[in-house]
Amino acid sequence: MATTAAPAGGARSGAGPEWGGFEENIQGGGSAVIDMENMDDTSGSSFEDMGELHQRLREEEVDADAAAAEEEDGEFLGMKGFKGQLSRQVADQMWQAGKRQASRAFSLYANIDILRPYFDVEPAQVRSRLLESMIPVKMVNFPQKIAGELYGPLMLVFTLVAILLHGMKTSDTIIREGTLMGTAIGTCFGYWLGVSSFIYFLAYLCNAQITMLQMLALLGYGLFGHCIVLFVTYNIHLHALFYLFWLLVGGLSTLRMVAVLVSRTVGPTQRLLLCGTLAALHMLFLLYLHFAYHKVVEGILDTLEGPNIPPMQRVPRDIPAVLPAARVPATVLNATAKAVMVTLQSH
Amino acid sequence: MAKAVESSGELGTTSPRPLMRDLKAVGKKFMHVLYPRKSNTLLRDWDLWGPLILCVTLALMLQRSSVDSEQDGGPQFAEVFVIIWFGAVTITVNSKLLGGNISFFQSLCVLGYCILPLTVAMLVCRLVLLAEQGPINFMVRLFVVIVMFAWSIVASTAFLADSQPPNRKALAIYPVFLFYFVISWMILTFTPQ
Repeated sequence: MATTAAPAGGARSGAGPEWGGFEENIQGGGSAVIDMENMDDTSGSSFEDMGELHQRLREEEVDADAAAAEEEDGEFLGMKGFKGQLSRQVADQMWQAGKRQASRAFSLYANIDILRPYFDVEPAQVRSRLLESMIPVKMVNFPQKIAGELYGPLMLVFTLVAILLHGMKTSDTIIREGTLMGTAIGTCFGYWLGVSSFIYFLAYLCNAQITMLQMLALLGYGLFGHCIVLFVTYNIHLHALFYLFWLLVGGLSTLRMVAVLVSRTVGPTQRLLLCGTLAALHMLFLLYLHFAYHKVVEGILDTLEGPNIPPMQRVPRDIPAVLPAARVPATVLNATAKAVMVTLQSH
Repeated sequence: MAKAVESSGELGTTSPRPLMRDLKAVGKKFMHVLYPRKSNTLLRDWDLWGPLILCVTLALMLQRSSVDSEQDGGPQFAEVFVIIWFGAVTITVNSKLLGGNISFFQSLCVLGYCILPLTVAMLVCRLVLLAEQGPINFMVRLFVVIVMFAWSIVASTAFLADSQPPNRKALAIYPVFLFYFVISWMILTFTPQ
């Protein structure tokens, strides 16, 4: 090809200045000027050669005259040695361009500074927002302000996970804590992210003035009520107490969320649809966490040990001598599960 | 480690000196965790050997030798491992987002080393469980785990709190509290079969 043949007599070292035009074309974004198919393939894969080349270049400072001798040989080799160097040059250029693009993409997407403004809070602000999440606002005529932060909601979701795990402390049965942990994390994060997205979608349909971030923050702070109810009722197992707390505390936090949404929506039908859905999901989730979540856990335990063994009588089948000793922890440590079973059986 | 041995300076000898040096560094950091003072040894020359040793020890001890099925051992090790490392990464990201000036690996190093008291609690619980089961047994284990949990939090606070802006220390420490709470729960509810 003309482009390869023309400077053949000129550059021996294949240095940059001789190939200025060549470099510009490569940097332009990948349209190769030189037809590489006609290249001599003696150098093998140019990319793999790059690593070796860099290695050699570092060690070759003492071999300066050897390099000069090589240049002399290049004249004799003519096209062959020259084309090898050319392909290396191309490979070098492409390597640099690729590396530049990759590091640019990485610094763009892996930059956590995108999230930094959402974590810009003071402890006093978090405390006041937690308390406000239990107080329904009365003014629904103009849009209520929602703080768009993610620290509070994220910490509340993790706290809910911790409370769920704390409520599952049955310690003399074979438990795969990993599965319980996965279930707890999946449930809490799934609720927070999933219901937020769903309500945001409904809000889009109902023309409500709320952004995704605000919805995430609103629902996250609404979980504060759930945390309180579950923390209290996992430690004091009274049936009526749970219903009272469910209505009172759960109801207050739901009312707060509903009032904020109503203030941002126009039209009775839309308000009803949006707020009814949110209220139903929020209250039902608390019911689910208290009752059915235990069933899910019992289901996991049952699949490990067989479906017909009631949890209170999990005794080692082969070691009857240990039986009396194993009974004692059952009364102390299984108080939680026992109360749950009583509650479940009473339904 | 092999590279360190080769580059020890004397050609042709495989001296164990760098290995001992690394082990001594890890041991020194363990001492710093057990007697937490305000120093930045953990931060200045961080390493992840100590957290790795502790994490593997804890995950191995939290396995059960189950009589029912053989595959109980595998997933539990992996899940404890994953929980510890992802928990530490989450706390680090959170503290950086809150405006802390600690680097990623320094924070991982501190959180990993401060699991040491809980590993000691696991060992003690294991020994206590060899005795007869009973409510006293449980109370002893509960007491030990609570004390070690508090020790872990105090140790990590001593190292991490200085890197946060002064008014946001509580915001950065709270997830650490949750993290060690989850690990303590795993330790407390462990019973070998």
